[in-house]
Amino acid sequence: MRARGDGRVLPVAIILLAILAIWYVGTYAMNAPFQRDLDRRGGVTRSSTDFFIATMTQPKPTLPAPHQVATNVFENTFLRKITSNRSLVYHAGVTLASTLLGFAIGTALGILIAVGIVHFVSLDRSLMPWLIASQTIPILALAPMIIVVLAAVNLTGLLPKALISTYLSFFPVAVGMVKGLRSPDLINLDLMRTYHASGAQTFWKLRLPASVPFLFASMKVAIAASLVGAIVGELPTGAVAGIGAKLLAGSYYSQTIDMFAALIAGSVVALLLVTAVDLASRVVQRRMGARTA
Amino acid sequence: MHNPASQLQPASPAVPPAVSARGLGLTFETNDGPVQALADVDLTINKGEFVSFIGPSGCGKTTFLRVIADLEQPTQGAISVNGMSPQQARERRAYGYVFQAAALYPWRTIENNVALPLEIMGFSAADKRARIARTLDLVNLTGFKKKFPWQLSGGMQQRASIARALSFDADLLLMDEPFGALDEIVRDHLNQQLLELWERTSKTICFVTHSIPEAVYLSTRIVVMSPRPGRVTDVIESDLPRDRPLDIRETPAFLAIAARVRDGLRAGHSYDE
Amino acid sequence: MKSLQLWQPWVVLLLLGMAWLGLPFHSADPSPGLEATVFILLLLGAAAGAMPVPNWLRLIVLAVAPHATAWLLIRSLLERPGSADDSFFLALAAAWLLAWQLVALLSAVRCRRRDVQASLALIIPMLFGAWILLFWEAFTRGLGIPFILLPPPSAIFARLVTSLPVIAADVNQTIFKSVLVGYLLGCGAGFLVAILADRIPFMRRGLLPIGNMVSALPIIGVAPIMVMWFGFDWHSKAAVVVIMTFFPMLVNTVAGLSVTSSIERDLMRTYAAGYWQSLVKLRLPAAAPFIFNALKINSTLALIGAIVAEFFGTPVVGMGFRISTEVGRMNVDMVWAEIAVAAVIGSLFYGVIALAERSVTFWHPSFRSGRA
Repeated sequence: MRARGDGRVLPVAIILLAILAIWYVGTYAMNAPFQRDLDRRGGVTRSSTDFFIATMTQPKPTLPAPHQVATNVFENTFLRKITSNRSLVYHAGVTLASTLLGFAIGTALGILIAVGIVHFVSLDRSLMPWLIASQTIPILALAPMIIVVLAAVNLTGLLPKALISTYLSFFPVAVGMVKGLRSPDLINLDLMRTYHASGAQTFWKLRLPASVPFLFASMKVAIAASLVGAIVGELPTGAVAGIGAKLLAGSYYSQTIDMFAALIAGSVVALLLVTAVDLASRVVQRRMGARTA
Repeated sequence: MHNPASQLQPASPAVPPAVSARGLGLTFETNDGPVQALADVDLTINKGEFVSFIGPSGCGKTTFLRVIADLEQPTQGAISVNGMSPQQARERRAYGYVFQAAALYPWRTIENNVALPLEIMGFSAADKRARIARTLDLVNLTGFKKKFPWQLSGGMQQRASIARALSFDADLLLMDEPFGALDEIVRDHLNQQLLELWERTSKTICFVTHSIPEAVYLSTRIVVMSPRPGRVTDVIESDLPRDRPLDIRETPAFLAIAARVRDGLRAGHSYDE
Repeated sequence: MKSLQLWQPWVVLLLLGMAWLGLPFHSADPSPGLEATVFILLLLGAAAGAMPVPNWLRLIVLAVAPHATAWLLIRSLLERPGSADDSFFLALAAAWLLAWQLVALLSAVRCRRRDVQASLALIIPMLFGAWILLFWEAFTRGLGIPFILLPPPSAIFARLVTSLPVIAADVNQTIFKSVLVGYLLGCGAGFLVAILADRIPFMRRGLLPIGNMVSALPIIGVAPIMVMWFGFDWHSKAAVVVIMTFFPMLVNTVAGLSVTSSIERDLMRTYAAGYWQSLVKLRLPAAAPFIFNALKINSTLALIGAIVAEFFGTPVVGMGFRISTEVGRMNVDMVWAEIAVAAVIGSLFYGVIALAERSVTFWHPSFRSGRA
């Protein structure tokens, strides 16, 4: 659902500009009290322009100005070595690795479970209600425990975080895939029956291709959930590396600019991931004859 | 569930009829109690016939087609297809079924849609190619074989689905209101093509329709059915010549048969719903 | 009904044979009475499963035998923790297979009576859940898995019962303050902005893509910033919840308001209905399924938002706070207890909204089809 040329670009651009303007006003409003306090104590008197500029350039502002965040993101993305602990690319890469690993395992697991549910009535009747119910549960609350518990058995690093992502991405894929494998019309199933097609033939030639759009739709949800899982999974590891760690470190030291930069980095990663899934979906579906919308 | 096929064969010929139903009935269990979709149907369809089934909705014409194709199980009576049970006939791939919707797979091109039954039935690659070419030619879609279904008009999609039903040389073509969703002009055209195709392939065709002119124009025999319970009320033989141009529909002979069908429908159907 | 060809009884016999060879159940500690009872029960179950007995008898035996076996086996661990041997687990697996056969039989029941259907829809998943807990209990106690790694369900339940006052305080802090306030504000704001966006098409065209994009972002990341701005108490968590629930409500309401067809809107025009009349009488009711969808999505998001935000700092109460501190102290039974409570509350929250939806949008096809 990206903005396309059909009269959406201008409204989106204007609303984004409006958000930027509000952000600047907010920056002034939120940073002004502290600046005033600071100036009073330091006995500094400033002109109003000077005061305005001061609110925009605090080192640890309550709300950093957009350009402060932009500068931070730019410096930590392009001007640092990728191996540097301050590089956002480095942190994003750490998070990305566990996101992708977890997403891959979760998707595979989700597909397997869905195939099982569609083919075994008893699994459908006993497991499916739990799958649906589990979506209403704040699973993310498990994250810190999974990390700590796995650390207790000497499992640290990438895998525990990836497991949280697996957990979060597996549910949407399983549910979406069940829907997809069940999506063929009755007449298509009847047709296969008149051909005396085997269960395997019906699966490979009808159910699986029919489920592809559902799979991609749920993969888009799953990869976003996967990233959230990876970020939250980084919180209890003691803020070593990753976007979640960067957020936590920022909150320890009140480095608001760093926190916003980490948030931006996380958002960029999210958009890249969702766009990648979207692109893959387009390529595959075009090959499968989908209308070029 | 089925009687032995031997009991059902007609007295005379060595060739068993394409379809033979004796006292056939089907009752669906629904939440509102049992519904009798078919009751006491006796009907024999010989090889090479073109039989139309006509009647108001709920008269069981589609259900009868589905029973022939082993998509539903009868609850009373017996039915045989080519002298065997519908299930055996299905296992021998005797059915080419055409639904009201084309039901083409959107992710397959036209030629791959036609290839679908061939893949399932395990035809060799060369045979597959030859059959696709032949059946697509039969329905005049050769130039469209690389297209996807949505790139074709509704009439062309339905022709592709007919090609798919023809590709594996099923003996019996079961068509459930195949042209019901198409407009009049396209429908006329396809009716004409279907007749030519029947002439060339000499298949047995069972054709469900709502339209009296369509039934009379296409068939050698018209089976009139009525609802609650679904049953056969009249079977009308058509003495029209096999070669039927579209304007045969204005001839007195045609109109006479059409009038008989209409009378049959009226007699079997009350309009106080 | 076709008679079900079931393979479970034969595998049960195979497993029992293997269990026989591997006796005793508990390493170097035979308990002939228990072992004999278990074998008899399981053989009875396998016999009922394999032999042509009346269905009611088969169901009764299959309902009793495996569960009695599981109960006996798990109870035997109380005196001998951590001593379960291969034979013990083979017997448990055999019992589970019989329970599976019970589920397969129950799943195949085709009955048109509404009450029977409803109770089956409840019993089958309940059996599944019960066996997850049974295996969990048997493995943790039988193998003596370290408590820190995975406490047995019975211990979690015991902890839950003894810590009720603490948990109640946490629920009060997290659910009744952070979640509820944030949820109401966030959904309300999203709804109002959606109405506004609906009035101003330019705003709608701009907000919808942005709203859709935001739904893919890790918004939870604003939690530390909110904690910094609004302090450690529940206000900061409510703020996180507001942000997380705002966008789904906005996007869904805008989408819902545009589902009415032009025919329906033209009809309102022929009545000379004003914007608000048309909104209240036609478009909001039509949008109700979408709005409820957002309410449901948000119920889960709100819980996640509040709990995770507490990981970044709280006063000494709250479910997220409890989870993170008890993890640190390795009191995992307390963590599991909190998670169980969170799960129940999440399901209840969702269930209440689903019930409200059912009574408001009873006309929608997704509900109508259930009555056919």
